[in-house]
Amino acid sequence: MSAISDVVVITRRQLLLLTRVPEVLIFSTIQPVMFVLLFRFVFGGSISTGQPGGYVQLLMPGIFVQTVAFTLAGTASGLAEDMKKGLIDRFRSLPISQSALVIGRTLGDSLLNIVVLTVMGIAGYVVGWRPSAGLGNVALGFLFLLFFGYALSWVGVLVGLSASDARVVQNVSFIVTFPLTFLSNAFAPTTGMPRILQYFAEWNPVSTMVAACRQLFGLKNQFGATAGSFPSEHPLTTSLIYMVIIMVIFIPLSLRKYRNASN
Amino acid sequence: MKTVIAKDLVKTYDKGRVRALDGLSLDVEEGTVLSVLGPNGAGKTTVVRILTTLLRPDSGSASVAGIDVIKNPEKVREVIGLSGQYAAVDEILTGYDNLVMFGELYHLGKKQAVVRANELLERFSLTEAAKRPIKTYSGGMRRRLDLAASLIVKPKVLFLDEPTTGLDPRGRQEMWGVIQELVKGGVTLLLTTQYLEEADQLADEIAVIDTGKVIARGTSDALKKQVGGERLEVVVEQEHVAKTLEIVATVSGNKASLDEGLRLISAPVSTGSVALFEVLKSLDSAGIRSLDVGLKRPSLDDVFLSLTGHAAEEKQAEELVKKRGRK
Repeated sequence: MSAISDVVVITRRQLLLLTRVPEVLIFSTIQPVMFVLLFRFVFGGSISTGQPGGYVQLLMPGIFVQTVAFTLAGTASGLAEDMKKGLIDRFRSLPISQSALVIGRTLGDSLLNIVVLTVMGIAGYVVGWRPSAGLGNVALGFLFLLFFGYALSWVGVLVGLSASDARVVQNVSFIVTFPLTFLSNAFAPTTGMPRILQYFAEWNPVSTMVAACRQLFGLKNQFGATAGSFPSEHPLTTSLIYMVIIMVIFIPLSLRKYRNASN
Repeated sequence: MKTVIAKDLVKTYDKGRVRALDGLSLDVEEGTVLSVLGPNGAGKTTVVRILTTLLRPDSGSASVAGIDVIKNPEKVREVIGLSGQYAAVDEILTGYDNLVMFGELYHLGKKQAVVRANELLERFSLTEAAKRPIKTYSGGMRRRLDLAASLIVKPKVLFLDEPTTGLDPRGRQEMWGVIQELVKGGVTLLLTTQYLEEADQLADEIAVIDTGKVIARGTSDALKKQVGGERLEVVVEQEHVAKTLEIVATVSGNKASLDEGLRLISAPVSTGSVALFEVLKSLDSAGIRSLDVGLKRPSLDDVFLSLTGHAAEEKQAEELVKKRGRK
């Protein structure tokens, strides 16, 4: 059971770091809120949705997913930083469970997501977001988002431990995450994309996540390209499968990388 | 009893192209201090990383406190303390936060962790800075805190990897004081350093390593003897240099050499203080007052030079090894 208490200590460290550098929390919240406002007021007027409540209803799930997708970068750069400072060596020389540090880190980053999603939800509400589904389904949607962020956090562990420099990590994560979130149904209909990108967008986990959230929040997923394909018919199932696949692959890989962090 | 044993350790990087360790063997007697002395890139950090379970050797064996490092790393971690080359503590957190966190990770329980943190802060003169984030600490304070973190549970064996690298002279003096205190407390210590003076000050025994191998070991005195005997040195005013050269040469029976800038005349001697006395007497009867006179035993710098044929200089290989080592 000491493994669990180790994880608790490390998770607490993550939270303590947040309270000591409130800027991190502030900026990780400002950015998504800024996206909400920009997309809502810049694109909102020109994208017709035919959805009651307008573009913001479709936009919010997209921005939620984009935000949790950036957990990957957060986890990765945090770990790369610890690595550079020699903290990973110190932790690895302690008589603690060898996975405690990474598990605590991923959990801490998920807790940060709770705060960020809450603030974004409020910002969305202010600019007109009104999910039409019941409270239970909305809550389930947020749970889905947290789970997705958690799964990606494990990809971040591997990226962070593999990189030679924290700045590289930022850039690499950005280059991976940004196209993924835009080559999707998150912000605009995929029907305008070239055929090949449409297929990509259809199967992109970001799209299935966005579609799943839209469904749970009580919307029809209008931005999908081809009706009738498996991911657009079953976004919840597809997203779950994706998350499980990500975790099944990346948790063991990341833990192995951590144990051999210096070999 | 040997508390630390390393036998024929080999560690290569870059598919064998860089041999960080090339069959290195060493051991540390219980309750003593071994200093692993060598230039950058000699393999010091690699040895420490293997002995502290952070790195697996390609071949060879190692044990700490009788526990096999490769087979039972978890058990080894329970008896060691490690303080690395850079202060591995959380910069954003305070000194107190850091020590409490590490205490909890050692499963002391919150209450006991707090008590221990305060004890250590006190002992390392950090009580005043306890509630400040580490990033406001001086280099010396960081190192002391890092050392404190490695002493939370009194370790049987302590590994200090270049504990004073990058510190200013005052920070170094303070650190030496702290380490000497620890040693009095009876800990078994393996310390790496590239400072010859540091090894001389702190260690019972010195293992000189170069290119991944131990090239000499023994006490500081023994190593110095290995290099050769003493030198007699006299500093005089410019006008007396010529006469003094003559006297030193006569007494020592060897050719005397002159450092013109320092006006320092020196020659190897075999009779030690007798020669010193003779020279002083001759200088006195010649009416020459010496500004400085003494017998000098070879420095560890001389030891290194005569053992390796090159001075204790930095090597580029170090950078590569370090970069690889991080991965």
